[in-house]
Amino acid sequence: MAQYHQFDALVVGAGGAGLMAALYASKSVNTAVISKLYPTRSHTGAAQGGISAALGNMEPDKWEWHAYDTVKGGDFLSDQDAVDILCKEAVEAVIDLEHMGLPFDRTADGKISQRRFGGHSNNETKQPVQRACHAADRTGHMILQTLYQQCIKNNVRFFDEFQMIDMIVIDGTCRGVVAVELKTGEIHVFHAKAVMLATGGFGKMWKISSNAHSLTGDGPSVALRCGLPLQDMEFYQFHPTGIYKMGILLSEAARGEGAIFINDKGERFMERYAPTMKDLASRDVCSRSIYKEVRAGNGIGGKDYVYLDFRPERINKYFEADGNPRRVDAEYIEKRLPDIIEFVRVYMGIDPITEPVPIQPTAHYAMGGIPTDLDARVLLDENGAIVHGLYAAGEAACVSVHGANRLGTNSLVDLIVFGRRGGKKMAEFAKQTEFLPISQEVHKPAEAMLNGIRNNDGKEHPGQIRKELQLHMDEHVGVFRTKQGLEAALEEIRGLKERYKRIHIDDKGVQWNTDLMEAWELGCLLDLAEVTAISALARQESRGGHYREDFPDRDDKNFLKHTNVWSDNHMSYKPVRMGRYQPTERKY
Amino acid sequence: MKVHFKIKRFNPEKDKKSYWGEYDVEAEESDRVLDALQTVKWEIDGTLNFRRSCAHGICGSDAMRINGRNSLACKLLIRDAVQGGKIVVEPILGLPVIKDLIVDMEPFFAHYRAVMPYLINDTEPGERERLQSPEERARFDDSTKCILCACCTTSCPSFWVRGDYVGPAAIVQAHRFIFDSRDQGAAKRLDVLGEPEGVWRCRTVFNCSEVCPRDIQVTQAIGEVKAALITGRID
Ligand SMILES: Cc1cc2nc3c(=O)[nH]c(=O)nc-3n(C[C@H](O)[C@H](O)[C@H](O)COP(=O)(O)OP(=O)(O)OC[C@H]3O[C@@H](n4cnc5c(N)ncnc54)[C@H](O)[C@@H]3O)c2cc1C
Ligand code: FES
Repeated sequence: MAQYHQFDALVVGAGGAGLMAALYASKSVNTAVISKLYPTRSHTGAAQGGISAALGNMEPDKWEWHAYDTVKGGDFLSDQDAVDILCKEAVEAVIDLEHMGLPFDRTADGKISQRRFGGHSNNETKQPVQRACHAADRTGHMILQTLYQQCIKNNVRFFDEFQMIDMIVIDGTCRGVVAVELKTGEIHVFHAKAVMLATGGFGKMWKISSNAHSLTGDGPSVALRCGLPLQDMEFYQFHPTGIYKMGILLSEAARGEGAIFINDKGERFMERYAPTMKDLASRDVCSRSIYKEVRAGNGIGGKDYVYLDFRPERINKYFEADGNPRRVDAEYIEKRLPDIIEFVRVYMGIDPITEPVPIQPTAHYAMGGIPTDLDARVLLDENGAIVHGLYAAGEAACVSVHGANRLGTNSLVDLIVFGRRGGKKMAEFAKQTEFLPISQEVHKPAEAMLNGIRNNDGKEHPGQIRKELQLHMDEHVGVFRTKQGLEAALEEIRGLKERYKRIHIDDKGVQWNTDLMEAWELGCLLDLAEVTAISALARQESRGGHYREDFPDRDDKNFLKHTNVWSDNHMSYKPVRMGRYQPTERKY
Repeated sequence: MKVHFKIKRFNPEKDKKSYWGEYDVEAEESDRVLDALQTVKWEIDGTLNFRRSCAHGICGSDAMRINGRNSLACKLLIRDAVQGGKIVVEPILGLPVIKDLIVDMEPFFAHYRAVMPYLINDTEPGERERLQSPEERARFDDSTKCILCACCTTSCPSFWVRGDYVGPAAIVQAHRFIFDSRDQGAAKRLDVLGEPEGVWRCRTVFNCSEVCPRDIQVTQAIGEVKAALITGRID
């Protein structure tokens, strides 16, 4: 017997997107949140640099400039009506967070402090603009804490350490989810009028990754298994500055404060690739430039990494060269970037104030995901039909505001803006609808699937399959892609999926069985890896985060469109919603 | 290098008592203790259970007692942890063990909720941000860093003795709001912390400050709350 619960609105995931949605839904309907992690453990807490909004606290800024930067950053694949909402509502959303108590850093006159970030510019002067609102380099931590605090204040109901393993979708309507209570191993059915998937990203497909162990794409994968499409899966962002070999992120805020990339010859090589924005060019451009340097033999000691240099005297030297009057000292850098400086000290054993830091691109952010409309309602197909009662927001979703490449700070904006819109819409919907029936047996397939994994006595080891998956993805579905590479990866992934059917796990128990849940999560990663490779193979052009060496140019004639892919591997495309901005060549 | 791990194991479905699991792991000196635990789990014994997520000291999932001292397994490197080729890992103390290194965190979060860990200010904030000077903001900066990992609370002898003590983590959370110039709930929180289960249980043993993986001056924060209770002033 499964335990049964009923809520008007059910949010799956307690990161920034889920908590924002829950907060707004709970204002008027009976709302619960289930999360496989304690809410404050969500990876939103790892976000470092900032959340952008054209507050204009430091210098003139306009939300329209933010919108243009977002569209350009996304290599013109973003839906421009969604981008307008993102950038316009960002201003109000950031103020909303401040009113909830978020401890932003302050300017001398007491306003929210802002700093520069990659790809954000004054559209008139083309120079970097200070738009990223921040709390040291712990902005995500503060957002997550603040939203959780507000949820406690508003008595939002939490089911902590409950993991969704299936969704109840019948006749195009979502009626709830099936989850495991990790502590007891019991199955629970959550019957709901409105469900939101806010389960975050899936960066654990790759080995070198900034993502948490828990980011295994459960939401998108369950959606796929329920017959829903995923959008733009070929667009995955590799952030240029991961700690060498570990992938731990060093925020772009470092470069926002003046840090630069240096190759083995001591050159500031970004000058050659992005003459205007230089080290603050968009992430896809920086990551490719790093690997171009490495291929040209300019990696440090001929190896596969370069330096990120935040020594104050070097920063000042380049400020001077750029005609920028700012100057920094060690104390300032320590105060603005305390966490990432500590990461370097702890994990690399070097001091970034006196030594340059070895970095390499790291798998970071999913631009693609569960397609939604402007109110976070999940789309059933490429024609805009919706799945009634189902919503998605945050990194798991694809609105699409980030297009082919997300600008730094825009994910946090996305969580807050579309989390809030989704939460409001869920409440509105729940108030005008009844609970639709579900059968008493509705949890049986999920239960059987889990028991199947638990009792399987094959020879294959999930740890080994995970390792091989990550290696293939790093090698062939990374910053540079080719037809041969992607085909090889696809074959490997399909081979791994076959082997996955014959796994065995050690822990046959019921309570807190992480062996079991990790094996289930591996299944999610395998499904998502497959559709990522398929989507990437089909897109014969280069755009934003998707770079095909065999098709190095953007091809607006054939590919200015979003990919939808289904679990049976069929694909379709739909047009990008254009607006004020027509595609132009992207220069930084 | 080869490292010998002694890990305290307990499976509620099988074991009456905990026992030591022993594992030899091949690890780099610069690996995290968490990496080695993952190696045990993924390559030697899949039945080992522990919580983890971010793997870089941000989410607060993997507080454990490593060689007798509370740490985040992901923030402690093998070279700093290993003693005579050995690393001993146990669950944090003072909270009921559920399975292996996983303890029941509910009592910890109940204490957290008890101090009203949210901004209390019922005035109309207006259209723009509430203003706060950099100095006012700096006043509570240290306590905003808390990730609720429970390293501090579960290293505190007063908490071991009486689990109804709210504990250092909850006091740090209260401090974060009491000293925020925008907050108006200080009196209510001080009422809670002035109770017998509140700050006076603190005997300034300093364990909390020593183990905090975020380097929060926990004992100092507790001291400031005590001072506010005694003087009735917040400054
Ligand atoms: C190191 C780092 C730094 C970053 N810095 C920035 C930045 O400065 N600015 C910016 O804009 N963006 C930044 N990003 C990106 C941004 O932080 C993330 O994209 C964003 O936080 C994702 O939020 P989310 O709410 O979608 O998901 P998450 O915060 O990842 O939360 C996912 C939630 O879903 C739950 N969950 C998952 N699966 C299940 C399941 N099966 N059942 C139940 N619950 C489940 C988890 O428990 C968790 O609560 C950064 C990312 C990283 C990794
Ligand atoms: S795993 Fe997140 S703090 Fe260690």
